[in-house]
Amino acid sequence: MKHGLLTAWAIAQKDLRTELRTKESINAAASFSLVILVLFSFAFDLGREELYAISGGLLWLVYSFAGALIVNRGFAREIPNDCLDVLISSPAPGWAIFLGKAVAAFCLLIIVEMISLPVFGLFYNIRWTESFGSLAIVILLATWGITVVGTAFSAVTVNVRLRELMLPVLLYPILIPLLIGAMGTTTALLGGESMTGDNLSSLRLLIGFDLIYTSLALYLIDFVLVF
Amino acid sequence: MLAVAAERVWKYFGDYPALRGADLEVTSGSCLALLGRNGAGKTTLLRILANLSRPTKGEVKINGRIGYLGHGIGVYDDLSAYENLTLFGQLQGVDDPAKAAIAALERVGLARVKDGMAREFSRGMRQRLAVARAFLHNPEVLLLDEPFTSLDDKAIAVLQSLLQSALHNGATIIMSTHQIREAMELATNVALLERGQIVHKGPQTPEMLADPGWLYRTYGERQQ
Repeated sequence: MKHGLLTAWAIAQKDLRTELRTKESINAAASFSLVILVLFSFAFDLGREELYAISGGLLWLVYSFAGALIVNRGFAREIPNDCLDVLISSPAPGWAIFLGKAVAAFCLLIIVEMISLPVFGLFYNIRWTESFGSLAIVILLATWGITVVGTAFSAVTVNVRLRELMLPVLLYPILIPLLIGAMGTTTALLGGESMTGDNLSSLRLLIGFDLIYTSLALYLIDFVLVF
Repeated sequence: MLAVAAERVWKYFGDYPALRGADLEVTSGSCLALLGRNGAGKTTLLRILANLSRPTKGEVKINGRIGYLGHGIGVYDDLSAYENLTLFGQLQGVDDPAKAAIAALERVGLARVKDGMAREFSRGMRQRLAVARAFLHNPEVLLLDEPFTSLDDKAIAVLQSLLQSALHNGATIIMSTHQIREAMELATNVALLERGQIVHKGPQTPEMLADPGWLYRTYGERQQ
């Protein structure tokens, strides 16, 4: 267990280090998020209430698309020089390899979200700082859900020729409950509601989603990597 | 004592049987040259032994830490030589990965460029880095897929020296190869794979050394 966790940490560090050197996916994801947010702000002439009503949906659509760009590189990063073979043939358990990659993708997506959130507030004139504490919990939970499912599908599609296309096709249907929960709660929090009632139920949905898919992915990853 | 045992191993890719009940036993401290024509199933068998692929049927047992050198060099272009080896040391559970990385770089003559990115290395240096990676954790079982193919002279010398040293220390080596002369310098045993089956296994003989085609003519063609 200890070796597995140390291995996961080493793989996460490696992925973050190589990504911060090459900036392959983080540049693409951050630019994409900013461009979409700016374009939407020009595309629709919405009143203040309408803006708040769509705020959660808009934010999570952007985050989930950016997430797909980031997780797509998760296992694809191991293809050059057959590095995936070296990882699998090492004594590192499959779950540790998966966990390391998911943690790295999570950190990268959080960076993109933290870059685009102020831009979102600025262009849509939405005060997100007042509810930042509760919003941060929603962002952390939903982002983990996106990265854990995305990293699992990144492993499934790593040897598929059209993986850039296949990954979103597989990913988004699974993310529907997570996105519904995150969008609803985010809209409510940005609208000044507190974390009670339906919002608390949505938060429980996010926690349940994360627990179920994290457990499934950790358990099944060996069957995905070695076949 | 057996270091590697593969019992009636079958592997299907779709309907095609790449391995058809291959049996292989390799004793500790020996070096097996796994020979066979293209498509005979050498890489498939080695990948199964290295836990990179599951057999469709049959069982595989490996006693000891595995070092695997496949067709790809298995190092990250955007990490330095030292970072690469430290990472692999951590994956292998080496006690002091940093120390092991430096020692491995010295063994292959790359200590002076330890902070250089792997992508900046020449082809020969990258190959030596791959060799250092495979030997970093002093593996007890070395699985080498075409290890001499496309290596430059210096890398071949480094690899042969490391293999001889590993054999001397009791490691077990299985190498698939078409380069019979290089392989025979190290091999104590030979196995011939034909269409997914081991058709001959036994100790190396002087005939094999003298004539690389002798084994194929004597055992391989008889099966067709």
